[in-house]
Amino acid sequence: MLHLLFLVPLLPLAGFVLLTALSGRLSRAQAATIGVGSVGLSALVAVPVGFSFVISPPSGDAFTQTLWTWIDVAGFKPQIAFYLDSLSVIMIMVVTVVGFLIHLYSADYMREEEEGYGRFFAYMNLFVASMLTLVLADNLVLLYLGWEGVGICSYLLIGFWYNDPANGRAARKAFIVTRVGDTAMLVGLLLLFTHLGTLQIQPLMQRASEQWVVGSSITMAAAGLIMGGALGKSAQLPLQVWLPDAMAGPTPTSALIHAATMVTAGVYLIARTHVLFEMAPVIQTTVAAVGAGTLVLAGFTALTQRDIKRCLAYSTISQIGYMFLAVGVGAWSAAIFHFMTHAFFKALLFMGAGTIILGLHHEQDMFKMGGLRRQAPLVFWTFLAGSVSLAALPLVTAGFYSKDAILAGAWASDAGGRWLWAAGLAGALLTSLYTFRMVFLTFFGEVRTPFHLKVGIRLWLPLVALAFLAIVGGFTDLPQTLGNQPWLSDFLHTSLPATEELATGTVLNLQIVAALVSLGGIALAYLFFMRSPQLVESVVRTPVGKALHQFWFAGWGFDWLYDRLLVRPFVWVARANRNDVFDQIYAFIAWTARIANGILSDTQTGKLRWYAAGVAFGGIVAVAIVVLI
Amino acid sequence: MNEVFYISATVALVSTLAAITGVNAIHSLLYLIVSFLAIALVFFTLGAPVIAALEVIIYAGTIMVLFVFVIMILNLGRESVEQEKRWLSPGTLIGPVLLAVVLLAEIIYLLVRNTSTLSGTGAIQPSELGSALFGPYLLGVELASMVLLAGLVGAYHLGQRARPDETDDERKGPPE
Amino acid sequence: MASISMGQGLLVAGLLFAIGLIGVLARRNIIFILLSLEVMANAAGMAFVVAGYRWGQADGQIIFLLILTMAAAEVSVGLALALQLYRRFKTLDVDAASRMRG
Repeated sequence: MLHLLFLVPLLPLAGFVLLTALSGRLSRAQAATIGVGSVGLSALVAVPVGFSFVISPPSGDAFTQTLWTWIDVAGFKPQIAFYLDSLSVIMIMVVTVVGFLIHLYSADYMREEEEGYGRFFAYMNLFVASMLTLVLADNLVLLYLGWEGVGICSYLLIGFWYNDPANGRAARKAFIVTRVGDTAMLVGLLLLFTHLGTLQIQPLMQRASEQWVVGSSITMAAAGLIMGGALGKSAQLPLQVWLPDAMAGPTPTSALIHAATMVTAGVYLIARTHVLFEMAPVIQTTVAAVGAGTLVLAGFTALTQRDIKRCLAYSTISQIGYMFLAVGVGAWSAAIFHFMTHAFFKALLFMGAGTIILGLHHEQDMFKMGGLRRQAPLVFWTFLAGSVSLAALPLVTAGFYSKDAILAGAWASDAGGRWLWAAGLAGALLTSLYTFRMVFLTFFGEVRTPFHLKVGIRLWLPLVALAFLAIVGGFTDLPQTLGNQPWLSDFLHTSLPATEELATGTVLNLQIVAALVSLGGIALAYLFFMRSPQLVESVVRTPVGKALHQFWFAGWGFDWLYDRLLVRPFVWVARANRNDVFDQIYAFIAWTARIANGILSDTQTGKLRWYAAGVAFGGIVAVAIVVLI
Repeated sequence: MNEVFYISATVALVSTLAAITGVNAIHSLLYLIVSFLAIALVFFTLGAPVIAALEVIIYAGTIMVLFVFVIMILNLGRESVEQEKRWLSPGTLIGPVLLAVVLLAEIIYLLVRNTSTLSGTGAIQPSELGSALFGPYLLGVELASMVLLAGLVGAYHLGQRARPDETDDERKGPPE
Repeated sequence: MASISMGQGLLVAGLLFAIGLIGVLARRNIIFILLSLEVMANAAGMAFVVAGYRWGQADGQIIFLLILTMAAAEVSVGLALALQLYRRFKTLDVDAASRMRG
């Protein structure tokens, strides 16, 4: 069974190739069949493979399938090989299943698309193939290939509607910002290879733990550079500025790439190279601090957004901050758990938002929505399921279990654990607040824009399926106080280090506090946005309130900062070098030749006596030579 | 004999100078004829009587007459004298004089450095000249006749006047 | 015969040559240019004759003969050209024929 592993990334890749080769000659139905079918088949292979792995794990708890040797030069020998362990099983199952549901949804969502229908599915298929390559990669070179692949697909899909230059700008911004991270990662890979001689992940981790000293500068450099790459791809501080603008792409793209899968690639990378991070505690703490900072920062910003997709984008940034917090404090399985639940409910929320936007004729401003509870009941209930999961409503939602695991891990951490826990808690409050602000503004109150949409099975089936998973997914890892069935954590312990266990009493207390915060957030949201919205408005009207609102709305000024600090000087230099200083050297040579030509042309006067004078002068020179010699 | 050489050399130089700086073409020609006669005398003192005779006959007698004919054909008139006066200003002379002076200086330097005070032995007899011409320099004579033929043909062709019914440009033929 | 040192003879020839050169370079009328060319040719021939006199051989004079021949041919062609110039440009100004400039 496991030897069918190669089909998992191959099928979407084949879908991409087919869609590209036959582009323009396929009808919508055919393109949709290929596009959705390839990911569906991939899921159909991945799930049994996963179950087979769970039921009868291979020896060493890992399975490697080598296809061929990619490069073989001077001791550098990366191969096209797929490595299956518990971590990658989780990843491929989530990516293929959620990916399939999103593809199914987009077959109907992209109904208005004329010529780009096939192109869209081609890009989405390529993306899924790249993401699967990334998570299944046996060595860091193949991982980097998948890394770049998802990056290019992100660029292509953000700028999908290329006729609008704003979309192109957003796509370029995403690509350039992640490029900063990618470059750091590449330097890190080169460092690892130069010092340890291999880039195959398992041997690499082995050699690192044997040859390097904990806390040495080389370990810190390697881990720090890998962290840089993760920060870029996962849109964390300070490279988070691209994700809100990436909402310019179609909503299924936002769901798949910028919520469920690509942005979590950074978390996966850190989890894969966890040995390096455990050997560089300073870097690991930095990861946690960055995660904590990002989740609070993004939470405040999400609270002020008007566009529903931007609100969800900042929410994504915030939730990935939780995952970074988790890996930063060493709660590895909690991070992966949260990744899984987040994939479920965030994809659901995006798809629900997409349905709303489609039904309101592309209206995205929440303040122009309202009362959709009665107009689109199915969307309402599924969106509500996703929202309560995001807000981590106690006991019944997946989000509660995963977020709680992270908070417990933060509390247990030695490096400033209390502060990290407090940040996580504040983030949880903000999460409930902005999530239910979204819900109340969109679904309650009076109808401001009417909703008209034919909701076919391809639209509601993914929503319902993900709503189910968003509720039930949490029961895969029950903590000590609520059943003590940590199936997921135990499963992940074969590939990730175990987390420190806390006393049951502490865990219970932490859970109660978290539950209270979550419910309190919902209550506050109800107060602020349903009961007495004028309270909020009056606060915002005060000078301090107004300033804070604008500051948070602009994402804490990062765009402004980068514009002043980086973009403008660069553009200035580019303009100053408009004539290309180095090219001027060659232009100078050409100019000299032209001047010489002019001078020599002037000697051709056409006048006889001038030429005769030339002859006389030549004669003088000739005689002078005789005179001097 | 030496004084004859010096006097005729001086005459030659002075009249050449006058010829060069004259404004009337015929007057310049006449000065030049005088110059050639003086040079013929110089040749005679240098032991080349045949050459002296030839100088008078051919140079002064033929070439200068050719010049006279052409000037007559051209029928220049009084305004040409005015034109020449305008064209020959001191400014135009500076460059050429400079070049000529430099050349002269180099030549004089070489002469002063290298010259021997050996003087000639005697006149060369015409018979000696004749034997040399019919002997070793036979080919040179033939070649000289060919040069003259070429000059003849060239002068004839270039001097042709256009037929009355066509212009000089048409006579040239289509441009290549 | 006179006993002139070769240096003096050559000096006379050189002076004549220089004068002819000035004439060629300074005059604009083509007739005068041709005139000056004749002077130069004559001066060159004189140098040969002086050399022949110094060595006591006939060769110098023979070369002068050849130079004379060449000068005659040159003059005839040159004057024909002058006639053409006059016909074409209606002037004897040699600067008028400067289509080869640039």
